[in-house]
Amino acid sequence: MSSEKSLAGCMNAPVLKERGQHEVFCGLTSIIWLHRKMQDAFFLVVGSRTCAHLLQSAAGVMVFAEPRFGTAILEETDLAGMADAQEELERTVEELLSRRTDIKRLFLVGSCPSEVIKLDLATAAEKLSERYFPKVNVINYSGSGIETTFTQGEDACLEAVIRGLEPSNERQLVILGALPDIVHDQMLRLLEQLGLKNVLVLPQVRVDEKVSVGSNTHFICAQPFLGASFEEMVRRGAKPIFAPFPFGANGTTAWLKAICDIFGVSKETFDAVTDAPRRRAEIAIEKVSKILTGRSLFLFPDSQLEIPLARFLNQECGMKLIEVGSPYIHKQLVGPDLQLLPEGIIISEGQDVDKQLDRVFDHMPDLTVCGLGLANPLEAKGLTTKWAIELVFSPIHFYEQAADLASLFARPINRSEKLKIGRVA
Amino acid sequence: MKLSVWTYEGPPHVGAIRVATGMEKVHLVLHAPQGDTYADLLFTMIERRNHRPPVTYTTFQARDLGSDTASLFKKACIEAYERFKPELLLVGASCTAELIQDDPGGLAETLGLPVPVVPLELPSYQRKENFGADETFFQIVKTLSRPLEKTSEITCNLIGPTALGFRHRDDVLEMTKLLNSMGIKVNVSAPYGATPKDIELISQAHFNVLMYPETGEMACRYLERTYSQPFTKTVPIGVGAISDFVKEVSEIVEINASNADTYSQLPWYSASVDSTYLTSKRVFIFGDGTHAMTAARIAKDEIGFEVVGLGCFNRELARPMRKFAATFGLDALISDDYLEVEKHIQAVAPELILGTQMERHIGKRLGIPCAVISAPVHVQDFPARYSPQMGPEGANVIFDTWVHPLVMGLEEHLLTMFREDFEFHDEAGPSHHAAHSPGQKNEPQVTEATDNIAENKIIWLKDAEKELKKIPFFVRGKARKNTEKYAENNGFSEISIETLYEAKAHYAR
Repeated sequence: MSSEKSLAGCMNAPVLKERGQHEVFCGLTSIIWLHRKMQDAFFLVVGSRTCAHLLQSAAGVMVFAEPRFGTAILEETDLAGMADAQEELERTVEELLSRRTDIKRLFLVGSCPSEVIKLDLATAAEKLSERYFPKVNVINYSGSGIETTFTQGEDACLEAVIRGLEPSNERQLVILGALPDIVHDQMLRLLEQLGLKNVLVLPQVRVDEKVSVGSNTHFICAQPFLGASFEEMVRRGAKPIFAPFPFGANGTTAWLKAICDIFGVSKETFDAVTDAPRRRAEIAIEKVSKILTGRSLFLFPDSQLEIPLARFLNQECGMKLIEVGSPYIHKQLVGPDLQLLPEGIIISEGQDVDKQLDRVFDHMPDLTVCGLGLANPLEAKGLTTKWAIELVFSPIHFYEQAADLASLFARPINRSEKLKIGRVA
Repeated sequence: MKLSVWTYEGPPHVGAIRVATGMEKVHLVLHAPQGDTYADLLFTMIERRNHRPPVTYTTFQARDLGSDTASLFKKACIEAYERFKPELLLVGASCTAELIQDDPGGLAETLGLPVPVVPLELPSYQRKENFGADETFFQIVKTLSRPLEKTSEITCNLIGPTALGFRHRDDVLEMTKLLNSMGIKVNVSAPYGATPKDIELISQAHFNVLMYPETGEMACRYLERTYSQPFTKTVPIGVGAISDFVKEVSEIVEINASNADTYSQLPWYSASVDSTYLTSKRVFIFGDGTHAMTAARIAKDEIGFEVVGLGCFNRELARPMRKFAATFGLDALISDDYLEVEKHIQAVAPELILGTQMERHIGKRLGIPCAVISAPVHVQDFPARYSPQMGPEGANVIFDTWVHPLVMGLEEHLLTMFREDFEFHDEAGPSHHAAHSPGQKNEPQVTEATDNIAENKIIWLKDAEKELKKIPFFVRGKARKNTEKYAENNGFSEISIETLYEAKAHYAR
């Protein structure tokens, strides 16, 4: 947290806003990790064959074992009259719930086609919730591509969950964001060691984990893409805690420190708990990041993790930033990270993929972080790339994963240096 | 509304992308919301293509709806033309854009682009991927082809191969070899590898080889109707089908085909004694109609399997499939619901499944070996080596591929002999294929590990042991070893979570 060069960093730097072809996933894609995280939930997308095809293409073979998601595919007959579609949806839900009796939370997820034909999923969810009360809670949100980009699907889902939380005046800490199990447990252990009580996490793994919200609730995001959930928490009276995101040693320390300052944890306790893991994270990062130091980096917009990750790669791994692209920049949320970015880099929001590709070829960066649609074509042109999607699936938060995070970026460079046979495709 | 978990086919616009990506100097402008660009990764990741599919997506958002999605489309068309300078522009809509009815065809026409523009009708709520490919290629042929004199030499076109097709790249090569051995040259292979200029010359061939009815039949019928180009009905997958194909071609163009190079190892491999163990093995076959039907013939007549189930996911081929299955005494399963397919497989309990990527997963769950014979497929079904399905080399590849997941002949006998052996039993699966063996545990036994620790006198504390289990299984063994080594080197007698991570940081590379 001691970047003394400039207090403003990139906070007030001009943002290159682009509107052209967006080469990004839609919000439905978040279901791929959300359905694993929420073990009693089922995600029913109300959409088209394209939605179903997207989910299976993006998921690949990873989750073939009995997925807790599916698509109610709209057909010609559903498009004819609205009343029919509502009835059809109820019939489909009945079919699903009779087959999967373990489901306690059912998310009706809106898609581009369901939004365009204005299928009223909110009313449907309300009706179905009453019908299946108290066994199944039916919640709706939109993961459509016309409204959400990739990780914003999780944001929309959490926002809907927050809307349904019970009010409470308990003094408590709520952490927002789905994290891999190992990271989730590490985080809770650290907070426990710091003496924090009443720590709650959203989304809940199971619905019986009671989470409430009120004016004595302080909350912090563990993921940078939760803008709408953030706003909803504020609307519910909760007080936000701002910090750089917990990537790397510095990020993790700053994030924990911000929480401890609010809850009055002493400096002694803080140091006693964090010193050892911080030090070993620093040592591990140093070893891994040698190959990254001084190399140039270009990030395509993908998950909104770009700004915090750029902060980590620049500040803790010594990479030189060329462009940091993000599908959407929520200045309040990523502000603390933006402040730590060096001046003179390009910060871009939105996308015009062809123009962005022109820029990447102008700069020929040492490492390009991009989506799966672009990675092989760029590799074939001699660039070294890192798939962005791995960053939302892998355990990368907090001290113990700091070196793993750095090595995700080191590996492609390492490979490029090892291969001695050219790369003609 | 139809509840679907996994789908065999994508929407029709994905079929259009397969055609555009297979061709050269063609560009597709697709009116579609953000997110539909996921289709690109099918080609760049699964097929490992070295370039982006030639597709511009308009990626409209909610705020564009009702105001200016049409002008967004026009802008995208103009910019795509300027940037990519294609010789042919395809325009169409994905499922969402179909609903907002902007009429991409009409809009593109008003732009007066200096290249032919083909508007595509892709009814997303009725049809699927194969139809999309078939229709797109048909429209291209209809737009670009013109009457020409037949070539002086005997030539044919190869019709149907697309990008992301199951072994299409290699089938084209294998078919070219086979036809060349008969003295027939290939005029155009399309859509795969063809430019719009090639399509203009399509009518000068003497006949068409319809490689994949799923994606090329409409074009073949049009060419037959318009230019009297006959097309072949036999798909030469398997030894018997190759021989029928050669006969069919020699009748169409009236040549003596005795020079045709049809030699395959398959007949001898099937006849050699080791293959006795294959005889009467019960197989379930499912895929696209073309691949499933050709596979059934090979299974029954060329390997000696017993076909206990047969079907396809594409309704377009339901009729021929039903007729064909009846010759096996079977009712064809026509379904695109993978849960239904799974139920059937479970009911007939085959010893081998020949299917798609879906059936591979069904097989994995049920502990039944599976070989892939048809799309949809995954990255491992685009091998680096030459591995066609068609022609003589295709027959060789098929023999090897189908036999691979099975327990080998002698091994099968030994298993029967040593049924009670604790490590040599049928649950262990084929010895040459450990990773795919049914029912095998992926994790090293915990008791074993605990024994080792007892020897080293280093104790894993309960929390640390629990933490270790959270590490993915494929690196867990290494993490355990490293941690113990680290603890030993540092003279620790216990491993706590702290030690685990100290070790992790120590060995970080």
